[in-house]
Order: sequence, then C-alpha cells, then structure tokens
Amino acid sequence: MARFKNHILVCGGTGCRASESEAIAVNLKRSIDENNLENDVQVVRTGCFGFCEKGPVVKMVPDNTFYVHVTPDDAEDLVLEHLIKGRKVERLLYVDPETKEHVSDSKHMDFYKKQIRIALRNCGFINPENIDEYIARDGYSALGTILDEMTPEEAIKVVKDSGLRGRGGGGFPTGLKWEITLKSESEQKYVVCNADEGDPGAFMDRSILEGDPHSVLEAMAICGYCIGADAGLIYIRAEYPLAIKRLKIAIEQARDYGLFGKDIFGSGFNFDVEIRYGAGAFVCGEETALIHSMEGLRGEPTVKPPFPSVSGYKGKPTNVNNVETFANIPAIFLKGADWFRKIGTEKSPGTKVFALAGKVNNVGLIEVPMGTTLREVIFDIGGGIKGGKKFKAVQTGGPSGGCLTVNHLDLPIDYDSLIASGSMMGSGGMIVMDEDDCMVSMAKFYLDFTVEESCGKCSPCRIGNKRLYELLEKITLGKGDEGDLTRLRNLANVIKDTALCGLGQTSPNPVLSTMDNFPEEYEAHVKESKCPAGQCRALMQYVIHPKLCTGCTLCARVCPVDAISGDKKMPHFIDTSICIKCGACMDKCKFGAISIQ
Amino acid sequence: MAKVKIPENKVQELKDLCAKFNNEPGELINVLHGAQEMFGYLPAEIQEIVAEEMNVSVAHVYGVVTFYSFFSMLPKGKHPISICMGTACYVRGAEKVLEEFKRHLDVKVGETTPDGKFSLSCLRCVGACGLAPVVTIGERVYGRVSPEDVKGILGEY
Ligand SMILES: Cc1cc2nc3c(=O)[nH]c(=O)nc-3n(C[C@H](O)[C@H](O)[C@H](O)COP(=O)(O)O)c2cc1C
Ligand code: SF4
Ligand code: SF4
Ligand code: SF4
Ligand code: FES
Ligand code: FES
Repeated sequence: MARFKNHILVCGGTGCRASESEAIAVNLKRSIDENNLENDVQVVRTGCFGFCEKGPVVKMVPDNTFYVHVTPDDAEDLVLEHLIKGRKVERLLYVDPETKEHVSDSKHMDFYKKQIRIALRNCGFINPENIDEYIARDGYSALGTILDEMTPEEAIKVVKDSGLRGRGGGGFPTGLKWEITLKSESEQKYVVCNADEGDPGAFMDRSILEGDPHSVLEAMAICGYCIGADAGLIYIRAEYPLAIKRLKIAIEQARDYGLFGKDIFGSGFNFDVEIRYGAGAFVCGEETALIHSMEGLRGEPTVKPPFPSVSGYKGKPTNVNNVETFANIPAIFLKGADWFRKIGTEKSPGTKVFALAGKVNNVGLIEVPMGTTLREVIFDIGGGIKGGKKFKAVQTGGPSGGCLTVNHLDLPIDYDSLIASGSMMGSGGMIVMDEDDCMVSMAKFYLDFTVEESCGKCSPCRIGNKRLYELLEKITLGKGDEGDLTRLRNLANVIKDTALCGLGQTSPNPVLSTMDNFPEEYEAHVKESKCPAGQCRALMQYVIHPKLCTGCTLCARVCPVDAISGDKKMPHFIDTSICIKCGACMDKCKFGAISIQ
Repeated sequence: MAKVKIPENKVQELKDLCAKFNNEPGELINVLHGAQEMFGYLPAEIQEIVAEEMNVSVAHVYGVVTFYSFFSMLPKGKHPISICMGTACYVRGAEKVLEEFKRHLDVKVGETTPDGKFSLSCLRCVGACGLAPVVTIGERVYGRVSPEDVKGILGEY
C-alpha cells in the first residue's frame, strides 16, 4: 500500500452498498482523476466497518477522518475540501449524541471504544479483493511458520492452549475437535467451513467473508495441515452473492500465489478449497445436515454419534468449524495462545462478534471481549434505545435462544452465563427490543420461523412446533385461555426433550424464556384480552382523541385506506371497520391525538 | 400445472450443464442452482431432464427441490419483490410493510400478479439490518421502508 500518499476507504459491505456506496467510490475516483491526483490517492473498497447505522461510511487514511452518511454527491467535496485544501468536511463528521461535538477519529467514538477486534481485525482496513493487502498485514505468515516449524500436534497444542471455543454457537473447544479429527485414521479427510449463517437478522459471518476472506482461507489451510486433510469445502448460502464473489477471487489469488495447491511453501503439504452452495434451509447450518446437503441430498440431520470428526463428508473424518472460529486462528498463531487467553473470561477466552440490531441507536457489527456486559453493549456501544424508548429485552441466540431482560443487563456475556440465564450465545445475533414489542408476538415470530424451517424428519419438531405456533396465534388473537398457558409450557418441554437435532431441541426456548420473564404479558393476553405493548392488532383499536385533535388533516392524508374523515380544523374520526391498523396516522400526528386502545 | 415446453437448444444447454458436473448425483444441488439461473425457476419438465441425465429418480430431484426454499417451481414476476422478514427487520416493522405490498398488489406471499409484473416473497436477512426494514426489488435494495413508501416504490416500475 506504500505507493500512494493517501487512501480513501469506502465501505463496500452489503449495508453500505445498499445505500449507494459503489457510486460514492466511482465519483471519488472521477474527482481524483479530474484533479490529477491519481498517482497520490487510491480509492479502496473495504468490507463492513461495523457502524452500518451511520453508513455509507468513508474513511480517509492516513489522518483517519471518519465520514458518515456520505452520499455520491459528497464525493467531490471530499476530494476538493479534504484532500486538496486539507479541511475536514464538517457536515459529514460524526456528531457525539451527548456532547454534540464533531468526532473525526473513530477511535474516540463510543461505538468503537469498548471493542477489541480480532476476528474483524482487517474488516474495514483492507481491500478484500487484493491478497497483497492481506499479506501486508501479516497474512499467510502464520501458515508459513506452521508449515516450516511445527508438527500438527504442536500446532494443535497452540489452539488448545488458547482456549478458543467454537463461535458457531455450541462453544465446543476448537483445539480438541482438531485433535479428535487428527486421530481419526483415514486416507482422506476434509476441512469444512460452515458459512450457512441461518439466524435471521445476523450478518457476522457474511461480513467477515466480505471483508477479510483470506483470514478464513488461511485458517482452513492451517486446520488441514493439523488434521491431515488436503481438501477444504466452504458451505455458504446462495443468498450471499457478494461474499461468494469475494471468496472466489480470494481462492484464485491464493492459488496464483502458490498458497493453495501442491507442495505449499515447499513443505510437501497440499491443500485446496472448493465452494458449496446452500439453498435456503436453516437446518443446513447443523453440521450433519450441512454434510448431507454438500452430498447433494436433502439437508436432514442424523443422530450423533458418529460425529463428523469420525465420519462426515462422504463418510470420511471431517472437521467442521464456523467462519468466525476460523477467522480467529491466524491471529492466535501470530500473537500466541497466552495473548489470546488474556482477553475475555477464563472459560471463554477471546472476543465475540455480534450483529447488534433492532431498537438500538447504533445498529452494526461489533466485536467485544467475552465478559463484556449487556449494558455496555446496548447502551455504550449501541448508544441506547431508539427514540428514547424504554429497553425491554434482548434476544441472543436467534430462534434457538431466549430473551434477557433489565435484570440481566449487568451479566457478563460468555457461553456459560448465557446458558445459565435461559438463553444461549448462538452465532451472534443480538436483537434489542423496546416497550412497544410484544413478547408473545416475538415468540410467535420465532416459532413461525422454526415451523417453516423444520426439516420434518422427526415428529416432535414437525408437529409439536406447529401446535406451539397455533397456541401462540390463538393467544395473540385474544382467544386463548389460562389452560393454553399450561399446554404451551408442557408441549414446549416435551419438544425440547424429544426432538432429534439441535433445531427442535432449542426451538421452544423463545417461548419458555418469554413465559418465564414476562408472565404478566401472557396473562394480560389470555385474561383481559389485552396486549400491553399494543402490538397485537386483533386486540387494539386506533382512536383519535377529539380534545387533542387540531384538525390538521395530516393523518387523513397518510392513511392508506382512507379510514379517517373530518373537516379541516375539526376533530377527525377513524372508521374502525375500514382501518387496517397500520399505525401510520399515529406516527404522523404531531399533537399526540391518536392512541391505541 | 400447465405443461411447459422447453426449446430444444435449452434442453441441450441443460444436458451440458449436467455433464459439466459429470452427471454425478452428489452435484445435484449445484446443477439445480445452475438450472434455476438458466430458466429462472424449476418446473417439473426441467426436473425430469435433470433426473434422467444424472441417473436418479424424479422423486429424488423433486424431494431436493422442495426441501430448499431457494428453489422455486413457479416463475417469478418481471420485478421480484422480497420483503426481509429477518428479526431485525421484523422488530422495526417489516410486517406492516408486507401488509401494504400485499394490499396494493392483491397477491399473497409466493404469488405473482396476473400481469406477471410483480411477484412477492419473503426472505430472512439480506445483511443490511442497519437499514431495516429492508425490501429488495430485483437487484435494488430499499432501506428504512415505511408503509407509506410502498405506493411510491411500486410507482417506480
Ligand atoms: C439448527 C442449527 C443451526 C446451526 N446453524 C449454524 C450456522 O448457521 N453456522 C454455524 O457456524 N453453525 C451452526 N450450527 C452449529 C453447527 O452444527 C456446528 O456446531 C458448528 O458449525 C461447529 O463449528 P464451531 O465449533 O466452530 O462453532 C447450527 C446448529 C444447529 C443445531
Ligand atoms: S428436530 Fe426438527 S429439524 Fe431437527 S431433525 Fe427433527 S424435524 Fe428435522
Ligand atoms: S394528525 Fe392528529 S391533529 Fe391532525 S387531524 Fe389527525 S389526529 Fe388530528
Ligand atoms: S392505523 Fe392506518 S389504516 Fe388505521 S386509521 Fe391510521 S393510518 Fe388509517
Ligand atoms: S456495511 Fe458499511 S459499515 Fe457495515
Ligand atoms: S433482518 Fe432484514 S436485513 Fe437483516
């Protein structure tokens, strides 16, 4: 990267691309050329910076000015003002929500202060489509050192000593898994990277693959050497076109550089990687289902044992690890197991990447040391709840996890503490909910997902979850009774105990944890036919308060079904037989005259 | 379902595709991805050809096609609309946006308008959760969509 005096890093993550970051990059390049700066300044499209809420994000290097909410029209000013005149473009700087001051360096933003980036170390810093930039940041040197100086046993010992646990959700010790696969005797073994990322509302793995694909590829090769495999497979969702494109480029480049292929670094070790595509089935994230899917079959799980490390892809020993697990590996070898152990908690060393989303101010991709509290994540990094509303709950672990409440805010997050509180780590989705979210509806939402995604192989999951869903639906329609609450809990427990795979065994968690943490909300639905959060539409009506209404007519104009009538400057009226309860009128009324009853 | 007639040259292309994967049953999903890219969807006729070429039963192909939500046996509209129903979008009001699309187009999820212009589907997280709720139409991504925006968005097409 040394050739250019200045670099402009433009976020090329999926979030920012959706708000035209590609056009920003194109305009920047044009403006640079027009001003004859093409030999001094380079535009680099990076992966996600994490701060997606403020996207599109553009960062100037070397002075580290961090511009937010940039539009394609701003490109010219960035070149003329920032680069040529050396003046920061103030209107595009981040404003600290408390001090109201401009903050130009991301290091000083609350969003970044508490983060430590290991898995995301290169995301937002390098051009993921250029292997040289990865190499410039010590890329592939861990692989080189290992092939040169270590036996597989020695290398596995480093991973074991680091205490790294699987980031795909289960938290199984990675070094131990590698050791078991090494000891499974076979002429052919496989390394599999699980990039199926099925948790809806989570985008950690995709961001790593989009922002730093080589770190995963390097780790797969290291794993291959350790367990005695010469073939790697990446199972990735077909819905991730950008990640797939960047992976393909990265694999080609690694081959061109002789980092993949035969006799790598003259060590006699061969390794290469192929991509396999998922096709939209959550259960395929489960490792046995994933393997069947790679074999061209329906992605149905099978009972373990045998574990994949003994009998996996094509019946051969197969080591399956998650994307983020792999992304940690090169860093552990570069900096040492002791360094890694010092970060995080004793039983869960290191960091965890979370996709923070929902009702927080700063939606984005974050990486924090294990042991960070939920309060720090939601209020310091996440900037608190949107619109000044009250925090209600946070769901971790996606459809397999549970919700945590105000009482859990000071809980240090790690694998074991989350399980002890009735949730789980999962792959890293973290959805924040506020006072307007109904917890029964939330449970129903997750069950709807599970019912759709159940593979149908075993009946507790196929039939049981459907019945759970129907009970929840009945309750949200105000037709439930107290007996339904008992039925709900009993059935949930039966499914948990009898389902065949992890999907069914964990699917009742959202129901059980919302019942445990918000019993009064379930009771209000069944006893009083009321939804305290005002979300269950069957249980509410929009009404205009005649005393508060000024007759400004705004609501009548936004109502999509013309349910509101009234003369100018006269109180308006909602015809509840037409109203579809979309809430648009209430959002628009400036006088607080519309409420839900 | 009405019979779909596939032109001869397309049949050959499909057979070539199977051959590219050595007609190896383990590559079935890769072949189906390719076939769906070629035809936009996977009607019974295509599944029959694939089964024949790869030497597996039609039932097996059908079983795989129907298992994975990415594969569709119905043609999509000219402008396929997908509403993100991932959790992040859901808690930021995606359901109301979906209702509005359903109402305006008068179709259910999974259906296509009678003129073939729009089809409506749901998906789970497109990875732009910062922009929730998110709607995609073809390649275009719309972020922070509110129910009032729906009419205007449809008007663009
Ligand atoms: C229903 C279900 C879905 C899963 N989805 C994923 C997933 O999307 N990504 C993932 O890495 N692991 C997923 N897992 C966990 C995998 O089965 C497996 O444990 C993991 O890939 C192992 O890698 P790790 O040890 O590095 O975490 C899922 C498990 C279950 C039961
Ligand atoms: S628990 Fe559900 S997903 Fe798992 S095997 Fe049974 S039916 Fe399939
Ligand atoms: S927007 Fe509010 S104040 Fe204006 S007419 Fe409607 S209810 Fe009345
Ligand atoms: S809730 Fe929606 S449909 Fe009902 S009156 Fe208000 S704007 Fe109209
Ligand atoms: S996609 Fe740009 S900051 Fe996340
Ligand atoms: S949940 Fe909709 S984009 Fe992620």
